[in-house]
Parts: sequence; structure tokens; C-alpha cells
Amino acid sequence: MTMNAQGRPTRSDAPTVNAAPTFTGNKALQIEEALIFEVGHFAGTGVDLPEPNGGVDRLGGLNRNTDIGLPGLSEPETMRHFVRLSQKNYAIDMGPFPLGSCTMKHNPRLNEKIARLPGFSDLHPLTPEAQCQGALELIDQLAFWLKELTGMPAVAMSPKAGAHGELCGMMAIKAALEARGEAGKRTRVLAPESAHGTNPATAVQCGFIVDAIPADKTGRVDLAALKENLGDDVAGIMVTNPNTCGLFERDIRAIADAVHEAGGYFYCDGANFNAIAGKVKPGDLGVDAMHINLHKTFSTPHGGGGPGSGPTVLSEALAPYAPVPYVHFEDGKFSLVETRRAAKAEGESAKSLGRLTAFHGQMGMFTRALAYMMSHGRDGIAQAAEDAVLNANYVLSRLKEEMTPAFDGYCMHEALFDDGFLKDTGVETIDFAKAMIDEGYHPMTMYFPLVVHGAMLIEPTESESKRELDQFCEALLSLAKRAKAGDVDAFKAAPLHAPRRRLDETAAARKPVLRWTSESSVQAAE
Amino acid sequence: MSVKYTKDHEYVRAEGDVYVIGVSKHAAEQLGDVVFVELPDAGKTFTKGEDMAVVESVKAASDVYAPISGEIVEVNAAIVDEPAKVNEDPEGAAWFVKIKASDQSEIDGLMDEAAYATFAAEA
Repeated sequence: MTMNAQGRPTRSDAPTVNAAPTFTGNKALQIEEALIFEVGHFAGTGVDLPEPNGGVDRLGGLNRNTDIGLPGLSEPETMRHFVRLSQKNYAIDMGPFPLGSCTMKHNPRLNEKIARLPGFSDLHPLTPEAQCQGALELIDQLAFWLKELTGMPAVAMSPKAGAHGELCGMMAIKAALEARGEAGKRTRVLAPESAHGTNPATAVQCGFIVDAIPADKTGRVDLAALKENLGDDVAGIMVTNPNTCGLFERDIRAIADAVHEAGGYFYCDGANFNAIAGKVKPGDLGVDAMHINLHKTFSTPHGGGGPGSGPTVLSEALAPYAPVPYVHFEDGKFSLVETRRAAKAEGESAKSLGRLTAFHGQMGMFTRALAYMMSHGRDGIAQAAEDAVLNANYVLSRLKEEMTPAFDGYCMHEALFDDGFLKDTGVETIDFAKAMIDEGYHPMTMYFPLVVHGAMLIEPTESESKRELDQFCEALLSLAKRAKAGDVDAFKAAPLHAPRRRLDETAAARKPVLRWTSESSVQAAE
Repeated sequence: MSVKYTKDHEYVRAEGDVYVIGVSKHAAEQLGDVVFVELPDAGKTFTKGEDMAVVESVKAASDVYAPISGEIVEVNAAIVDEPAKVNEDPEGAAWFVKIKASDQSEIDGLMDEAAYATFAAEA
């Protein structure tokens, strides 16, 4: 039996038996959970309310007289259903979440404590301003620090995710072009081949045509190719920095200058801000608009279905077009500027692009982000960026022994590998990722960015200790050695130990089953 | 003429007075299992290099560019219904569109089979 230094067993040496399947389908205390429609009974209900009597029927004969078709569950059944499902979900609180371009960092418990203060968590968005001065002040303070960290003069707080922030920024660019009378002429947006998919999608949503800029041999924007593509029909460029290859765009100032000279705007995708927060101010790089993924850079990791928040900083040129509502401070009082007309009255912005969200933004995320900033401080935020970059480079240098980095040199916050080390082994990136699941690791980002063949993008973030990183690297190095030793079958069969084995992704994509149908309705249809 | 190829892995094959266009066998292999295809409407015109169609696999979504300029005279609806065909016979039954070329000289700029084989092996 494998023991640790204290003589405690660290691994089961029980002989591997081909255990018969269990009668219930459950595996030990891991319950095989059915769909909620299969757990519930349509006739049942979890609440016991008295039949209303009396009252006037105002439905004018439109009363529902058929079953609504929702499953009825008791409270314990409901509770168990969702807790069992949640146990099948992997989370940052269980182990490393090395998804590149996602910054899945630890969410300090302090943030949660602050976010749960009833003055923040129980606030209704329609609460009168006089009763929520503290919350408005919090939004205002967070806005101040976001502007400070980015070196930008304005910030729109309401966008609710990274892509929503992109939309905000691109709409501001469109509005600025319209004000210049050039919206009809400037129809093209440039984006590097390695861009997040949301970049071109956002540009198209705003009515632009997207042209891809190739990467040079070092994985960065090809400046010469960019300059060739610039002209008076270009609205702007969308660049992520550090980019999705985990590399800092060294020519970023030259890129910004070239775009500005051509009369375009520079949108920066801030998804990878964690690598430079506290170190570089995007405002100094010539950025006109950039979203900040509060849920990446300032904790509250997404990916578990949680909310996102994408405040968008704007340059002097785009600030007048910022959306409403925003917080305004005057005579010792915070207020919300809710409409364009109100903005005009304040003399602040008559040109606002209008409203992007029903209310003021993602309050829970604001609270966590400000708590994160306040507890880290200016030096702490810079330290986090340094540690994130150090961790990624540690992973890069250790895995280099067996795996093939996509580019030479150091990386920023994420290490990118291609599938060169798997060449002629018969093992592909997807098989490698599935085998990682068996080893207890959530796979890294696979097959992205597309500029690298069979890409594997690892972002450890600053949250992981050296011990954790060593275990992770050992596991990956062992897998790489196994692949090279020719053990293809083990990879093709993985995952062996997950609740579900290898799923048929092709069938799922070609013939998706998106809706549960009861047996009776299936029979009726037949 | 025999089959010609672009750097973006489309092929062009003469068939009577039109050109049959699709994605190369190499591209289909690289994409993996194709799960979705979007084709333009017949009658639309494209200039060389424009986004013409979309092909999506379990690994990636890619644009298919017009390898030559011209008007779409026919599209292969069968691959929209059954994207798997693109993996089975990309350079045969699973063609994408047929184009009436507006500039014959554009064909000459494309790679022949041998040049494409070398290009694909290097890429």
C-alpha cells in the first residue's frame, strides 16, 4: 500500500475486480440522477395551498383547463435533485480549473461574506435612491478603481458579461462614427485570427464586416499585414492583449497608432487583463474601449453557471456615447442618471447610446470585485498578475520536457501547447483531455486558439500553489509519456472513471435532443 | 483541367461550363466530424476571397471562401441535411456549390494537385 510520510495510505491497493454493475445504477454514494421530469409526478405538488374561494374571475373564459406539464416535487426531492446534480459539477473550489482564456481563479471567501450583507444582497433594483446610497456609492467607487487601473476616463458599468461589454464598446464606436458622418463608409472591423469568437460575432452584430489579420511567426499580430488592411473603410480593430496565445502584443502601441492614423478605433478585449492588472494601464496603450471581465480578473469565477459582469472602459473620444444608467454624485448625494434626457440635463452626455440593460448592472459581482480590490490593494493586484505569469511559465517550463510549446520564449498568464508531441502516437488532443479527467483534472482549453494545431491552452492563475502545480504537471507528463509509449487504447477509452464514459459529441451535435418529451407524448406522436 | 486548390483548402473542378467547389479531403480530415454546413443561395455572386459558406465540426467552425469570383448556379442541399457526407466524400458527392466564373484567369492562380499536396504537408 502506498503510504505518505505519516504512514497514512494515499492510494487504494485493493485488487481491481471486474465488479458487477449495481442493481440501482448508483455507484457507491454517487447517485445516478434522473431528469427532474422523471423524478417528479405531474399530479403532485410540493406546496400545499388552500383552494381559493370566492373572488371574481377576470380571465374572460381564458382560464387554463389543461395540465401545465410541470413536474411536481416535494421540497426534499427538489433539494436532493439539485444537490446531486451539483456534486457532478466540477468547480474551482474542488481543484485547479486550468481553462486558458478563462482566468478561473479562487474566489476569496471574504468576497462572499461582503456580498451577502443584506444591504447589498437583498436590494431591489427599484429601491428609491435615498435608501440605497451605500450601494450607489459602491458602484461609484468600483467605477473609480476600474478607471484608475485602466487609465481610462470613463466606464460603463451595466454590461453583464464580456461579450456584452464588447457590444457596448462596439456600439460606442458605431455611435462615434455616426456622429462623424462616417458610419456608412467605415464598414470593416479587423480582428486577429487568434481572436475570441465573440469579437467577430460582436462586430457582425453591430453591422460590420470582419476581416482576419494573420499572426506572425511569433504568434502576434502581423503589423505589416495589419497596415496593408487599413484604410478609410476601417471602423476599428479588436485585439486581445495579452492575446489568446498567452503572449503580450509587443507592437501594441504601433498597432494603436496605425489604426488611429487610419481614422479607426481600437477595441481591446480585456479577457486576459489578469496578466497585466496593476502593471500596465490599457489607456497608455492607446485603447479606445475595453471590457473588464469582473468575473475573471476580480474573482467570482464563472463556468458554474454564475453571472458575469463586463464593465467597459471608454476613451475620451468614446466617453460621450456611454450607455445609461450611470451613477452621478452631486451635493453629497448619489443618484442614477437613467435616461438620455436626464443625461442631457446633467450636461454630461447628450449623445449616450441609450440603455443596454434593464437595471444598473450585476450588483453581486460589483460587491465581490470591490471587496477583491480593497483586500488586495494596489500592490496586491500587481502581485497577483506577477504570480499568474510566474505560475504559467512554471507550467510551461516543466511541461516542455514532454509536451511541445506552440511558440518559443516565455508566456504571459497562460501556456499554449500544440499537438506536436502526440504526432504519430494515434492520440489526439481530445483523447489527452479525456484522459486528464480520469486523473482528476479538468481539461485545459482545447482546440483554441485555432491558429495552433490541436491547441492545449493552460491558465493556472495565481491561485495554485507550487505543490498543486507540481502534481498537475506530473500528471500531464505521465500522460504524455504514456501516449508516446504507444498506449493508444487507454486514451481512446478515456474517461474510464467518470460518471459517463466517452460521449458521442458528433451525434450530439448532428442530432441534438433539446427537449424532454414524456413517454405518453412520444406514443401519441407515433 | 484537373482539380485546383486554394491556400484555404477549397478545391475547384471544371464541370462543363461551371466550376464545382468544395473543401479538400485534407481539410475534411483536419476538421474532424462535420456537424453543420451553411450554403449561400443560388443566384448570389461572390468575389474571390469572400466568405461564401460555413462548415462546422466538433472541433471548429470555419468560413469557406469563394476561390474564384462568379455567380452561384447550384448548391448541394444534400450536405446541409447530412453534414457527415463532407467527411465521406469531400471532393466527390459532397461538393458545396457550383459557380459560373466571371474571370477565368483566376483559376490559373490556384495550386495544382501536386503543389497543394506539398502545401498541405507543410501546413
